[in-house]
Amino acid sequence: MSRTTRITAGAAAFALLIAGCGGGDDPGSGGGAEAGSLEGESVELAAVWTDAEQEAIQEILDAFSEQTGAEVTYTSTGNEIATVLGTRISGGDPPDIAVLPQPGLLTQFVEDGAVKPASEEVSAAVDENYGQVWRDLGSVDGELYGVWLKGANKSTVWYNTGLFETAGAEVPEDFDAFIDSLSTIADSGVTPVSVAGADGWTLTDWFENVYLRVAGPEMYDQLTAHEIPWTDPSVITTLETLAQVWAPENIVGGSSGALQALFPDSVAAVFSDDPQGAIVYEGDFVAGVIGDSTNAVVGEDADFFPFPSIDGSPESVVGGGDVAVALTDTPAAAALLEYLASPEAAELWAARGGFISPNENVDTAVYPDDTTRAIAEALIGAGDNFRFDMSDQMPPAFGGTPGEGEWKILQDFLADVTSVDATAAALEAAAAEAYGA
Amino acid sequence: MAEDEPGLRGEGQVATAGGAAAINPPDQQPGLGRSWWSLAYLLPALFLLGVLVLYPILYTIWRSLFDASGDSFVGIENYTDMFTDPGTLTSLRNNAIWVVVAPIVVTTLGLIFAVLTERIRWASVFKLLVFMPMAISFVAAGIIFRLVYQADPDQGVANALVVTVHDVFAESSAYPGAGPREDADLAGVDGGFETTATFAPGDTVALGLVGFAPDEVPAEAQPASDPAGGDTLQGVVWLDFAPGGGGEEGAIDNDELGLPGVVVNAVQDGAVVATTETTADGSFEFADLADGDYTLALPRDNFREPFNGLDWLGPALITPAIIGSYVWIWAGFAMVLIAAGLAAISREALEAARVDGATEWQVFRRVTMPLLAPVLIVVLVTLVINVLKVFDLVLIIAPGSVQDDASVLALQMWRVSFGGANDYGLGSALSVLLFLLVLPAMAFNIRRFRREQQ
Repeated sequence: MSRTTRITAGAAAFALLIAGCGGGDDPGSGGGAEAGSLEGESVELAAVWTDAEQEAIQEILDAFSEQTGAEVTYTSTGNEIATVLGTRISGGDPPDIAVLPQPGLLTQFVEDGAVKPASEEVSAAVDENYGQVWRDLGSVDGELYGVWLKGANKSTVWYNTGLFETAGAEVPEDFDAFIDSLSTIADSGVTPVSVAGADGWTLTDWFENVYLRVAGPEMYDQLTAHEIPWTDPSVITTLETLAQVWAPENIVGGSSGALQALFPDSVAAVFSDDPQGAIVYEGDFVAGVIGDSTNAVVGEDADFFPFPSIDGSPESVVGGGDVAVALTDTPAAAALLEYLASPEAAELWAARGGFISPNENVDTAVYPDDTTRAIAEALIGAGDNFRFDMSDQMPPAFGGTPGEGEWKILQDFLADVTSVDATAAALEAAAAEAYGA
Repeated sequence: MAEDEPGLRGEGQVATAGGAAAINPPDQQPGLGRSWWSLAYLLPALFLLGVLVLYPILYTIWRSLFDASGDSFVGIENYTDMFTDPGTLTSLRNNAIWVVVAPIVVTTLGLIFAVLTERIRWASVFKLLVFMPMAISFVAAGIIFRLVYQADPDQGVANALVVTVHDVFAESSAYPGAGPREDADLAGVDGGFETTATFAPGDTVALGLVGFAPDEVPAEAQPASDPAGGDTLQGVVWLDFAPGGGGEEGAIDNDELGLPGVVVNAVQDGAVVATTETTADGSFEFADLADGDYTLALPRDNFREPFNGLDWLGPALITPAIIGSYVWIWAGFAMVLIAAGLAAISREALEAARVDGATEWQVFRRVTMPLLAPVLIVVLVTLVINVLKVFDLVLIIAPGSVQDDASVLALQMWRVSFGGANDYGLGSALSVLLFLLVLPAMAFNIRRFRREQQ
């Protein structure tokens, strides 16, 4: 019975599909190539995304396909993108476009000669839609290669709105007000700050945010490249500033308790039904953790404020992002890259949530909620004071190894916040070894 | 491992065949044919041993003589680096603790369980329960114990237990963590607080405290009010905090609660001359105080932080804590082997001892133990080898902040090689060290096997 029915149904669906394609010839305003001009061309995009993120990028690719007629396939590389891409490049079959999650990979693949320079159209689109800092981040030796499709804002301080209200604390305007608010919260009988000391990367993110505001973006770049030593006065000031926040009486569980708290625990400690602390600092992804592991509602029970300015420092953001690069120089690849640089492409994903765009011309009205919108606006608002996560750009032995280098030394500092000079000296010794190797 | 080879040869046939060929040249023809055949049969095993065991060992030794990238030969530099690195020394120390403590504790517990289960009715149920952790993967067991050792007594079973026992003997204070505002005229003294000004009978004193959640104030608390005043020294201790941040600091506003049950001392010349306690609305009064100037003190017993258990996952206790989880997993293994050994002991020997008038303890000490000794040694040595390569439990249970303090050689090797630094040279040197440490235990086991076979 069913066989014939199915075939008929299938044929009908197919007919509808064709009709749909024909009807969808409406030329889109964004992107590079003209409608239907890439008929018969095919282009492949590879990225780490799966699940909801894969659906989002697929929507963008479908829109591109509809506009240009090119056939677009998406390949998920899983988390081992460097390995997967490296194998495919040396095998002579790279995907046309790859989206890289780290700036280090961009440099590495460019130096290997695997990445094609951006076309003039892409370059023009980047100039039109992105700030200079993002163009520089997508360039190697002055030559533009990449388009930053996705951004991440790690300068967001999350707080329990209910506890703030009870304590009479207000969202701080600057760092001094932030320190004052800590004692206001402590007076209400709540420990002010939850720190995930067991995860060293949260401590480096704290450090980077304070450092960017204490020393400014130029020195931030110099310290990232280890052009200035970690014993520099700016590092000392940063550690002293951190010590004000990380004092044992300010943090949930005291020093020893904080050193055992993993990042998800530290978020739960602030937003669970029986909160232990009022404030937790980490990037925009905290919103997702709150939604997944607590009953708190982001935007109501939980909100964020930008990492406060120190001594009048301008709006600055420490963050990250995903950069799209062309690994082949087909016209379809160039057109897709240009489309990814357009606000239309970014808006498609932005409207789905879980995404913020570094593209300045994205209409922030499309973000699904106020919190995401505010995070995205802070990212754009930082303009050229945006800086990449420092520890991600440093040798992994120093900036990315549990129990070693910066992670471990900052954990030791959290255990004893009076050891400012010893900490700076230890950081310099570890950095010298890692950069020297 | 390579040392298995003599063991293989010991298994009769091969050794005889080889030996026969060597010793009896006249018998050459059939003997040679037979040894060729046996060699042919051995080849697959030899090949696999070579590829999977011998080659990796040799390559690791070779690799340990090169730098991180493997490009340049550095001789024994990795080995000198290794022994000057505090990480390796900590690991060696921890490994020593593990090797001494874990096998002995596990074997002892296994022995106790095995002997006891011989005598109880539900022995098999008990054995099943003790053995069950063996069925759980080490990673899962690690995660379980990570939770067991959580610092918060509301989450970690270990601390819940410790706190419960502790609180039976020592009561916790009423207002842990409370204290004056920073600019108040109360100074911290020895965990408590003392007024900076002096007071005489007839004065009134208002002592405002903060840092304590209003919903944790005892239920009988009443709103505080200014002391009425009179001939005596009167005062009030209240929570100087109104929800929402309203109210004036240092003044008793509407609805701000008095703190009942706070001990207040009147101090003169450093000595406590009178003591009183606040009532439901936080007021207190020193009725029979002689004229003179006094400071008022709120002793530390009012504010002592509650006992929150031990810092299991802190640097000091982390290794014992992980050994605890190891014991939980392996006690069942030891128990099953030892129980099998017990079952094999002849009953006559035990009966004979009992008939001769030996007590149960003497039977155990003088008869059971000597007969059981070979089994105990097998268990002990197996555990020593096992303990030397312990890795997963340490990786999972120790938080990143104390991984340095908890590290053992196998973990250190992994961290150096794959944990971010990617120094395969130093990592190889560490694995060679680990290999050398395991060798004596392996050699011991093999010698014993061969002795048994003779």
